[in-house]
Amino acid sequence: MKHLLLLGPIVLVMIFSCNNKAKSEEKVKDSQPEYAEIQSKVNDEVKFPIYNFQSFEPLLYKDDDKTYVVNFWATWCKPCIVELPYFERLNAEQKDNNVEVILVSLDMPSMWKSKLEPFVEKKEIKSTVVILDDPKQNDWIPKVAEEWGGGIPATLIYNKDKRSFYEQGFTYEELNEELNKFIN
Amino acid sequence: MKTLKAFVLLAVLITLAGFSSKSIVIDNGYNIGDTATDFSLKNVDGETISLSDYKSAKGFLVIFTCNTCPYSVAYEDRINALDAKYKPLGVPVIAINPNNPEKKPGDSFAAMKTRATEKGFTFPYLLDEGQKIYPEYGAKRTPHVFLLEKTLKGNVVKYIGAIDDNSGDASNVEEKFVENAVDAMLAGKEIKVTTTRAIGCSIKV
Repeated sequence: MKHLLLLGPIVLVMIFSCNNKAKSEEKVKDSQPEYAEIQSKVNDEVKFPIYNFQSFEPLLYKDDDKTYVVNFWATWCKPCIVELPYFERLNAEQKDNNVEVILVSLDMPSMWKSKLEPFVEKKEIKSTVVILDDPKQNDWIPKVAEEWGGGIPATLIYNKDKRSFYEQGFTYEELNEELNKFIN
Repeated sequence: MKTLKAFVLLAVLITLAGFSSKSIVIDNGYNIGDTATDFSLKNVDGETISLSDYKSAKGFLVIFTCNTCPYSVAYEDRINALDAKYKPLGVPVIAINPNNPEKKPGDSFAAMKTRATEKGFTFPYLLDEGQKIYPEYGAKRTPHVFLLEKTLKGNVVKYIGAIDDNSGDASNVEEKFVENAVDAMLAGKEIKVTTTRAIGCSIKV
């Protein structure tokens, strides 16, 4: 019993010292941004739906029977462009397995007409393309995934039971392998 | 005696768990309060630069950035402005290009020189040759800022993250994360927001 009394505090100290690291992370800023003004800027000439994070967030939490592959990309992001055909292929091949790919463009507003539209047209992209335009990145990035530092390409795979986030580029094989964890 | 054994085992396990989670954190780069490594990297002017060269500095704004990322480009003027404001106060900007020029020719040393001249960079713009330094810091994207404070035990990490809260539009910035952090550091006050996130370009390995 004496030993227990001695060891108890040591164990406690260890547990608390482990928590120190987490504390600095908690200081990440969390405030409610104003969206009204951004929404009024929506350009109805652009072919794709434009979301701020508040209106976009429900796309990350659908609870139907589908598995969603949500890829964050931009036309200026070379590794994103490299992996885009794999997402297209997946979308075509896995439709019968109730899989839907959503390509979330983070292109800047100045690029929507000049870069994004011509790119999607030229590559004949069939997956759903949406635009996420919300400058308050520090607020919404952790809401997509706590572990996301903000680099793209980044991909979220989820269905109503399970979700995984990947801050990386994929080969077709790797992407399929990850998806298989959701549909099999 | 059995209780003792059980507790020793428990203590050992917790210690091990503590160490292993710590080493994972280190693999991912620095946290606030860690001491940052110095480096010797080649500047666009041909000189080799180390943090220890700056004898009278109070700290550093180490910014991982590059030529080719649109977010880095969007911040070039703001990085020049940071250097203009804080170099006289003892916190100069040190920019480091972490990209592999073989993967991204637009980020070659020659291209860096050209860009530094075009934009009139007032700060050193270094190439992370061999890509040894950015993983130690844990830079994940460009631009990615590490504010260091020079102390007796070394250069301590005080802030990690974005420059401000609006990469697309400097005129609509509401919160200047880096300026707030440097101002607080220089005033000896607590930095309120020590880590932030932003969309940026992944580092080309």
